[in-house]
Amino acid sequence: MENVDATKVRRKKKEKPQAELTYVQKIKLTPMGYVFQFINGLFLTLFALACLIPFLNVIGTSFATTKEVLLRDFIIIPHSFSLSAYRYVFSTPTVTRAIGVSVFVTVVGTALSLLVTSLMAYGLSRTYLYGRRVLNFLVLFTMLFSGGMIPSFLIVSNLKLTNTLWALIIPSTVSAYNMIIMRNFFQGISPSLEEAAKIDGANHLQIFGRVMLPLSKASFATIGLFYAVTYWNTYRSAILYLTDTKKWPIQVLLRQIVLMSSGSDFDTGSVEVVPPSQSVRMAVIVVATLPILLVYPFIQRYFIHGAMLGSVKG
Amino acid sequence: MTSATDNKVKKVQKVKKVKPIKKKGRLANEFKQNWLLYLMILPGLLYFLIFKYAPMGGLVIAFQNYFPFLGIKGSQWVGLEHFRRFFSSGDFAMLMRNTLVLFGLNLVFAFPASIILAIALNEVRNTRFKKSVQTIVYLPHFISWVIVVSIFYVLLTTEGGAINNVIASRGGNKIPFLTDPKWFRPLYIIQEIWKGAGWGSIVYLASLTNVDQQLYEAADLDGASRMQMIWHVTLPSIRPTIITMLILKIGDVLELGFEHVYVMLNSLNRGVAEIFDTFVYTAGITNGQLSFSTAVGFFKSIVGLILVILANRLAKRVGEDGVY
Repeated sequence: MENVDATKVRRKKKEKPQAELTYVQKIKLTPMGYVFQFINGLFLTLFALACLIPFLNVIGTSFATTKEVLLRDFIIIPHSFSLSAYRYVFSTPTVTRAIGVSVFVTVVGTALSLLVTSLMAYGLSRTYLYGRRVLNFLVLFTMLFSGGMIPSFLIVSNLKLTNTLWALIIPSTVSAYNMIIMRNFFQGISPSLEEAAKIDGANHLQIFGRVMLPLSKASFATIGLFYAVTYWNTYRSAILYLTDTKKWPIQVLLRQIVLMSSGSDFDTGSVEVVPPSQSVRMAVIVVATLPILLVYPFIQRYFIHGAMLGSVKG
Repeated sequence: MTSATDNKVKKVQKVKKVKPIKKKGRLANEFKQNWLLYLMILPGLLYFLIFKYAPMGGLVIAFQNYFPFLGIKGSQWVGLEHFRRFFSSGDFAMLMRNTLVLFGLNLVFAFPASIILAIALNEVRNTRFKKSVQTIVYLPHFISWVIVVSIFYVLLTTEGGAINNVIASRGGNKIPFLTDPKWFRPLYIIQEIWKGAGWGSIVYLASLTNVDQQLYEAADLDGASRMQMIWHVTLPSIRPTIITMLILKIGDVLELGFEHVYVMLNSLNRGVAEIFDTFVYTAGITNGQLSFSTAVGFFKSIVGLILVILANRLAKRVGEDGVY
């Protein structure tokens, strides 16, 4: 019976057959082994719940009515369903504008970062390239030593980038770490493909675009998602380079609303006077987290792959 | 006769002449063939030069009384003045203490948490359960520190936070988690574990898949219990990974994460929460002491660099691969 089910599922999803069980998973359990398995399972369940429940509580409370929030201690599934917190959040243009900023920075930033990073990674992955070692060291060294916050701030302000959205993008275009992951990936592609394309008369850019790109979709997806998450979560650049509150991304606004609970900070347009209620805070948190939660199931497929690539030495 | 020797001489000259020409030609040829590759690297290279190396050059303002309108050329040089001022101030001792305490807590609690989680996951028999747990515990990694701290804030606040609600309805006294400096360090480390333990376990899980299964088989035949197998087989197998991660961690002693601490920082917990980066931000960006805060940042970067190099040496001495 179980076997039949398994084959059905397998055929349906067209999955590869599951990896063989490790020896640890196959050992026959002794009575002590059962106890061990039980405690281990309990430990993992508790840890997973500790990760999950805060999210559920925030989401649940954001949909509850003010009255229920006052009455109940701990809400996961609200008895009453209300969108008033969200209506309140979107009643002023502040939050909408901040989301707009974050979306712009995420989309444009990810595209730019992927382009610059992949081109550089491909160039540096060619082992025959003269000067490659020096260039690679130049990149690696930035991971060990940096000029720090203030000199970077002075460069950005000398380039007249402060108080523009580009300040959130350009100073963090390439992550040395992501570049090294991609470079190692390109290095792993068989050189015979490149040679064949060269014989056909393709130049380096054509080889990159027509031969390498189609082969590295998963790698691009992984790095692209890493960049997208970083840009959506941008906070440091914003508090360093932006003083104009109208250009704030959602993360900065979120801190202002949730942690600086004096209400006058909420909107500089002064619609808001009362400190935000618990459910309004929750609603803003949900809004700021939602894009991550939405892409998470898709990232999943790639990120383990990516994280493991990262463990390969640079 | 003479013509023959002449020829010989000419040949020798030719050979002598050819060498430098050939080298120059090789470089030119190299560039001619690969100029597109160099062009592809150029935007990234410019990025690193402008946004990473130019700021390193900008560190010279740590030895000046820098004013933006005077520029680096026009500003007065003061030597080690700012460093002297920083080391003799009470702030230095406070920052050092806070940094070391937070680092120590990280090393003792957050660092092993990933390893323990990985080992526990490795022992799970039901693949579906394992996958579900993994999916859930990796999630917090993708959430920004602002959101993590905000979530803890709404859970822990004394004004309607769920935890304090529960405490109060059991008849207990509400605990000021967010304003009491005593709670800063425990909260910091709990948040570090909450956000990072799952993600950190991936590296160990990956290296656990490479463990030779015969080792377990042999241990099993010898009658080893599960705990004994973990201790004598699993842990030694992932030792190189643990050491690598430890080096990376030590190199990051002073990089405790600006965002995390900055978002948690308030006027009440400053005495235990302020670290180098947040101090640099406040002194430099908020108060405009550009040269002084650059000096503080410089000190931090140098110590960081020395620590990575030392940790790497140490790892090589005990017979493990370094990080670079």
